[in-house]
Amino acid sequence: MDENQKPPSAPAEDRPAAKEAAPPAPPVSADASAAETAPKPAPKPAPKPAAKAPAVMEATPWEGEIPAAAREAFGEGILRAATYREQDFFETGPETLVPLLTLLRDAFDYDYLVEETAVDYPKDEKRFELVYIVYSFSGNHRIRLKTRVAENEEIASAVPVYAAANWMEREIYDMFGVRFRGHPDLRRILMPDEWQGHPLRKDYGIIQQDQRWVRENLGIESGQ
Amino acid sequence: MAEATFLDSNELVINMGPQHPSTHGVLRVILKLDGEKVMGTDCVIGYLHRGVEKIGENRTYTQFAPYVDRMDYIAAVSNGLGYCLAVEKLLNAEAPPRAQVTRVILTELNRIASHLIWLGTHALDIGAITPLFYTLREREEILNIFEEYCGARLTTHAFRIGGLQYNLYDKFTEDVTSFCDRFSPRVDEYEALLTNNRIWVSRLRDVGVLSAADCKQYGVTGPVLRAAGVKWDIRKALPYSGYENYDFEVPVGTNADTYDRYLVRMEEMRQSVRIIRQAVANIPDGPILGKVPKVLKPPVGEVYVSIEAPKGELGYYIVSDGSTQPYRLRVRPPSFINLQALDKMVRGNLIADCVAIIGTIDIVLGEVDR
Repeated sequence: MDENQKPPSAPAEDRPAAKEAAPPAPPVSADASAAETAPKPAPKPAPKPAAKAPAVMEATPWEGEIPAAAREAFGEGILRAATYREQDFFETGPETLVPLLTLLRDAFDYDYLVEETAVDYPKDEKRFELVYIVYSFSGNHRIRLKTRVAENEEIASAVPVYAAANWMEREIYDMFGVRFRGHPDLRRILMPDEWQGHPLRKDYGIIQQDQRWVRENLGIESGQ
Repeated sequence: MAEATFLDSNELVINMGPQHPSTHGVLRVILKLDGEKVMGTDCVIGYLHRGVEKIGENRTYTQFAPYVDRMDYIAAVSNGLGYCLAVEKLLNAEAPPRAQVTRVILTELNRIASHLIWLGTHALDIGAITPLFYTLREREEILNIFEEYCGARLTTHAFRIGGLQYNLYDKFTEDVTSFCDRFSPRVDEYEALLTNNRIWVSRLRDVGVLSAADCKQYGVTGPVLRAAGVKWDIRKALPYSGYENYDFEVPVGTNADTYDRYLVRMEEMRQSVRIIRQAVANIPDGPILGKVPKVLKPPVGEVYVSIEAPKGELGYYIVSDGSTQPYRLRVRPPSFINLQALDKMVRGNLIADCVAIIGTIDIVLGEVDR
């Protein structure tokens, strides 16, 4: 099945070559110099990354009236406008996002906030990616908006633009610990109010629990 | 909530749920009352939180599929369809025609089953006990078809990524057709019991009005949105699974109240029967599982795919990092989003209407809390 995902650029003859390259490889970087001195199959790093499937999303640029209007209004605030699998999305700076939502709602009739959620990339400096999806009933089109914020960085709440954002932002706060500036009621929503930790962060283990909360509220030693 | 003050001597705060039969599960609503009038609400949810999205990040794409059935367990087939479509989109794969038609039949059967549960319990909340027995009787027939098809009744796991696991059993079309024949007149029977019933009408008319503009503001979808006069159904707007090939109407209401939502759902059941009849008549031959690898490793990317579940827009936002497990798997649950509008709908109504309004949103707490 790997073959299916290999981009067409990676020709089939890479395969046997990579196999030949494999046996000498195992004693890794320490022996790199040894491999250098050995005759041939060493200069073969190229096929490896190709076989590993592309590490970035293969999105194509998105041109049109809306990206043009957004660029005109926000300039550098719009980092990217692209399309992946026929789905259009923006990447913006954190301070551009809510103004862009307002623009989309008022000028282009994107009157329905479908979804707001977050993705955690703990290795990145700006670890949280916030994802908004808006839909226009009149245009029958969805747009995804994404922005990055660092831990402890606040972002403006979308509640003034779409009332629907209220619980979704509460859930993001609950699960990721992202704080929204100007949110009317930023409390936990699914987890208990006194719970410590934000479960959907990548560094929160799958069976990890707030043992103190479990002891105090459930009267058992451990939740596991 | 902001305007409600605890010092006002006229104000009474009462607690409804989580163990309350009319909250349809473990929903707790804190009601602030002035006499019998509701001045504000606060929903306390999460009692059924199982961390489905976290589980999703720790299972492979295939392993996670049965878990989605446990969210909206009343409409497990719809959940499965949404999930399979999302992963297929990520893989750039498509189910073969025979699988797509089968999916439509099962999903529409499940829509009817879900609406039947809604109708029975909603009527029970209002004080009409009889419809529950009838609706459960019909639902039983649907569950029998599911059981015959895949061995399970509620958490069916009926679909696989790329198609289906099981081919249709021999008498499938017969069973489904005879169900349709029997079911159509029964919808009329329910309507005979309720539609012009004076108690029913006076309990529902003009109760819990949510205008089209408010629906959009709050992101409310499904029958609640359609009862407000917005003719929007994802099966029509952004068709999936070949819904563009079927001839059916999207019923809408005019008054945006609880009574219109009832009428919309009743008509939706009839339309589902219509779709099922068309689909059953044209089940193509051919493979039931498309060309998908045994080990799924979608390319790096992200997609959002949604379907028209019985309760509204059910969406899956999946981020792939190229490995066998989703990097992030977000479910956009219709019940959760629709429940958010409860406060808006209840405010100013009587406390007894609160029960009717919770019923009319049609929530499943397994999906609200995930």
